[in-house]
Amino acid sequence: MRPMSGGPSTRLLTLILLHLGIRRTPRHPRQRRAPPARGEGCGEGARAAPTMPRLLFCCGAPKMARMGDRPLHILIIDESRIRASIIEQGLREAGHTRVTLLEEAAPLMRRIVEIDPDVVFIDLESPNRDQLEHMFQVSRALKRPVAMFVDSSDRASIEAAIDAGVSAYVVDGLKKERVKSILDTAVGRFNAFSRLQDELAEAKDELAARKSIDRAKGILMRTRGLSEDEAYALLRRTAMNQGRKIAAVAESVVVAASLLGGGETT
Amino acid sequence: MITPGKMERKLDEVRIGFIPLSDVAPVAVAAGLGFAEEEGLRVTLLRETSWATLRDRMAVGTIDAAHMLAPMPIAANLGLGPLPMSLVVPMALGFGGNTVTVSRAVWEALVRLGAPGDLDAAATATAMARLVAGRRARGEPRPVLGIVHHYSAHHYELAYWLASAGVEPGRDVELVVVPPSLMAAALEARQLDGFCAGEPWGSVAVAEGAGHILTTKAHIWRSSPEKVLAVRRDWAEEDAERLARLVRAVYRAAVWCDEPANRDRLVDYLAGGELLAQPAAVVRPGIARELDLGDGLRANVAGFLTFAERAATFPWVSHALWLYTQMVRWRQVGFSAASAEIAGATYRPDLYRAALAPLGVAVPSASSKVEGALTRETPVGTATGRLTIGPDGFFDGRMFDPDRVAEYLSEH
Repeated sequence: MRPMSGGPSTRLLTLILLHLGIRRTPRHPRQRRAPPARGEGCGEGARAAPTMPRLLFCCGAPKMARMGDRPLHILIIDESRIRASIIEQGLREAGHTRVTLLEEAAPLMRRIVEIDPDVVFIDLESPNRDQLEHMFQVSRALKRPVAMFVDSSDRASIEAAIDAGVSAYVVDGLKKERVKSILDTAVGRFNAFSRLQDELAEAKDELAARKSIDRAKGILMRTRGLSEDEAYALLRRTAMNQGRKIAAVAESVVVAASLLGGGETT
Repeated sequence: MITPGKMERKLDEVRIGFIPLSDVAPVAVAAGLGFAEEEGLRVTLLRETSWATLRDRMAVGTIDAAHMLAPMPIAANLGLGPLPMSLVVPMALGFGGNTVTVSRAVWEALVRLGAPGDLDAAATATAMARLVAGRRARGEPRPVLGIVHHYSAHHYELAYWLASAGVEPGRDVELVVVPPSLMAAALEARQLDGFCAGEPWGSVAVAEGAGHILTTKAHIWRSSPEKVLAVRRDWAEEDAERLARLVRAVYRAAVWCDEPANRDRLVDYLAGGELLAQPAAVVRPGIARELDLGDGLRANVAGFLTFAERAATFPWVSHALWLYTQMVRWRQVGFSAASAEIAGATYRPDLYRAALAPLGVAVPSASSKVEGALTRETPVGTATGRLTIGPDGFFDGRMFDPDRVAEYLSEH
């Protein structure tokens, strides 16, 4: 059910991050100076600040933060390290420097009390959501009650979050406009991750098809004494005649050759 | 569209969310074994990994109905969830099959403290109280017990059982929420001392050698509510006849599930990858009401996981109100006459009666009863025929009069 369970390889992670045009989590995020994310108003955070003095929504690069204010601490709980990293990267690029990733295997309660987050993102498919909500409701260590979804009256944003597969818990009392862009960023990144998965699957299919065609060409060259171009032309002609894909015809050639014992010599 | 010989019937689509538990049986059977189609419905079942996500999908309308913990629709209508929504409960999904299962080490300790092996709720609660007192005297940590959700019958029956022996949840034991599928592993890893969860998860813990079944829901409160069919109010009101067809389909499936002759097929069906994805051997004990408790002890538990018998699908308003009293008791919501009213009105025996009228089956005429008053199976008044209900006693002999909610709460 979960798209990326089962420990994706580092290579895959790197591939995806490269695909997104981002590097792995930088060690010193403050050295990065990302431009303010689109659609964020800089006045918003400053105006809302008086009600919650210790919290400031960083509307842009960290340097925009007022002196003495702390940026929101954002916690991402996700089994999928790739996706968590992608969201983290997006949030950092939008100027949110206090982002913590937590894998689900960790003892959640103790870690969350230590982290003391203002905003929590968790995969909608996580079986730990019930546990998380119970903690928020009964824990004395987590003093502030935590509500879910930025604005429960904004149906479109809720649906966007659910479609994307992300759920958010936001410290009660935070002005919704202050966290809206954080949620939007996370939802956008979740969606980007899903698109990437689709593209990656396509790329894999493409690669597999290429491999079949190469093997089929080799078989035809050997058994029929054709040149490479002639072998490919034969495959293409057959595909056109049968109304099938070249890869499918190639696959049939490979299977037939292996059944007849006249297959490739590897 | 015309097909040879007959007009093809257009089926109405219903999307129903569920959590993999044995008590989803009536809904799953209605969807998969033809009962829904006979009522002109095509049911799509959507398996969820948490009650929270099931609830959120309900709120945004990606599902129309759900197999839901009995207190959850009440909590939703009281505005206790994160998203506003209005739900109705036109039927219950049977009397529950929950077990209180403890780790092997705790079981051995409880035996030394006098716990019997016959599932008796009072005697096991007393042994549990001794265990708690012993740990406190030795300066050891409080026992940690798992429940499946904040607003669950598991939570309330476990707390009721403990409190009857003077053990205060939160103070004397810690209650934590753990996904039911991880309970056995949590026992094994000593992160939990015990848990209350629906089948097959108690049987899974026993089969894996991690746990021992101490008592059951049926021992704590006989014929008590567990899951309900919750439906979005807007969906229910959009087409009352469509709702009635859904209730009929699930009701007829529930009757099928209770039939001993269908047990093998039911067990195999539930065990399948689309539903519970568990070995049939761990699904069978709960369905057959023949529990393997561990240590070679076995017990036939009458009334455990009952789907339709004795009006098990009837949405008693008194059940809703009792669940509400427990929400108040455990400080999840403040008491008010207005919120009690909302809680009671969430369960809709009127919709149940209207839906089942064409089937001519016996349905209780009353919408509420004094819970705990029936000590044996008792015939009750119906408009159409014979029906027996009960016994419905709480193990401590207390009674709950739904007309005296405030008084009941003040007695705790």
